[in-house]
Amino acid sequence: MTGRVVARAGSFAIAPHRVAAMVLRHWYLLTSSWPRLLELIYWPALQLITWGFSQTYISQNAGFFARAGGTFIGAVMLWDILFRGQLGFSMSFLEEMWSRNLGNLMMSPLKVSEFVASLMVMSVIRLMIGVIPMTVLAIAFFGFNLYGLGLALVAFFCNLIFTSWSVGLIASGLVLRNGLGAEGLAWTLMFGLMPLTCVYYPVTVLPSWLQALAWCLPPTYVFEGMRALLGERVYRSDLMMEALALNLVLLAVAIGVFAVLLRSARINGSLVQTGE
Amino acid sequence: MTSPRPPATQDPAPLPGAAIEVERLVKVYKTTRAVDGISFRIGRGSVTGLLGGNGAGKTTTIAMIMGLVRPTSGRVRVLGCVMPDESEKVLGRMNFESPYVDMPMRLTVRQNLNVFGRLYAVSDVRARIAELAAEFDLGEFLDRPSGKLSSGQKTRVALAKALINKPELLLLDEPTASLDPDTADWVRARLESFRKATGATILLASHNMLEVERLCDRVIIMKRGRIEDDDSPAAIMQRYNRDTLEEVFLDVARGRTVAAAS
Repeated sequence: MTGRVVARAGSFAIAPHRVAAMVLRHWYLLTSSWPRLLELIYWPALQLITWGFSQTYISQNAGFFARAGGTFIGAVMLWDILFRGQLGFSMSFLEEMWSRNLGNLMMSPLKVSEFVASLMVMSVIRLMIGVIPMTVLAIAFFGFNLYGLGLALVAFFCNLIFTSWSVGLIASGLVLRNGLGAEGLAWTLMFGLMPLTCVYYPVTVLPSWLQALAWCLPPTYVFEGMRALLGERVYRSDLMMEALALNLVLLAVAIGVFAVLLRSARINGSLVQTGE
Repeated sequence: MTSPRPPATQDPAPLPGAAIEVERLVKVYKTTRAVDGISFRIGRGSVTGLLGGNGAGKTTTIAMIMGLVRPTSGRVRVLGCVMPDESEKVLGRMNFESPYVDMPMRLTVRQNLNVFGRLYAVSDVRARIAELAAEFDLGEFLDRPSGKLSSGQKTRVALAKALINKPELLLLDEPTASLDPDTADWVRARLESFRKATGATILLASHNMLEVERLCDRVIIMKRGRIEDDDSPAAIMQRYNRDTLEEVFLDVARGRTVAAAS
């Protein structure tokens, strides 16, 4: 049934000019609103500085943390890629709900696949605006060069952004189906994954039954990979490939869930009433 | 009471010359039957008014025609395509304006029209915006944020957006709601000139009977999800023995039948 639903939700062929039009729409919005731009930079920078100084203090007093190098700072930055990527996706979607523009878009030739593609592009743009200043601060304050991870960073980034899009798609679908009363999910859904993805501690810390669950989530592989790279100087390509495979499954599930929620929104009239 | 509409055809093929075909359309929200088995066909190039009191089912009907709401049963075809399943094939040839949607408030009028022009693949967006700015007198606020416009200015911008792709089919949901009489009259004149120039089909839902009399060559009156009457404004007024559509509207709203009214 899901396959039929997905097919009805819209073909996957994408017209770049319509995706570009939507990206332009959000670019106009970002550049017209300094608070929106500041918000993108403010929180990641604050978080980095707080955790960075915490790590500096702890590493001076504990042997393990001294050996762990930039593990904490790295975890903070990679978590922000994951969280901010999802938030960038969901916020761009919510902007359409807040401005009551969704009806205009749904009645335009913009396909669902193009709308989703534009949200993906915007999530990367918003992420870059927030993360690039953070990486500069990390170098300046803590001597931690994220770009020094080289190709590993590309693998980390791609896997995290794929997961963020999947979670963003599900959060957006829930808001589409249930109205703005559900917008809190866009802010909090990712935090539900935080304990299981083992951002700040190794998977082995979890009870064995929870470890099995943790290994079902792609970010777990990324954070384990990051600890292996920074702690043991080993790049675990096997972990990255497993994360990629899981991400493909997760993205397919998220597309299916979004399609079902969109169909449900058409049935219960949520697209006409986009309030609470 | 008028005779019921003829039964919908069993033939799934689209009728030639029809811009909109609605067949035995039903929409049920939980326990509420918002639209109850209506059928009608709107020919290309016509202007049709959809009338009815609050809760008559007009907005739900238009939403199903636009593909925003999936019918519980029955079928809607727009320009030959079944909605919402084939909406992607036809949405570029139609457009709409409604007081229930807005354009992004922080974007200027020009930016909004630019975005929608690109979404509709208008070949020369800049030239089209200039045309619309001249036609709808948008020049003085073209570079002002849309959220800082008056109601009248917002309506003009919404209409400019609705015409940006020169649609074959234009759906209007209360296009002059909350406008002063002068601006409303101005909007009606623009719609008339657009229709004359392009031969577009227009379906409009309205509570303004003068507007409907002036613009429409056909009127569909809805009540409690059903069609109460469907004819030209003149024929309907004659049938109810009334001088204005407003009087007919009141007759229908208060349950007075054709026989009682006459």
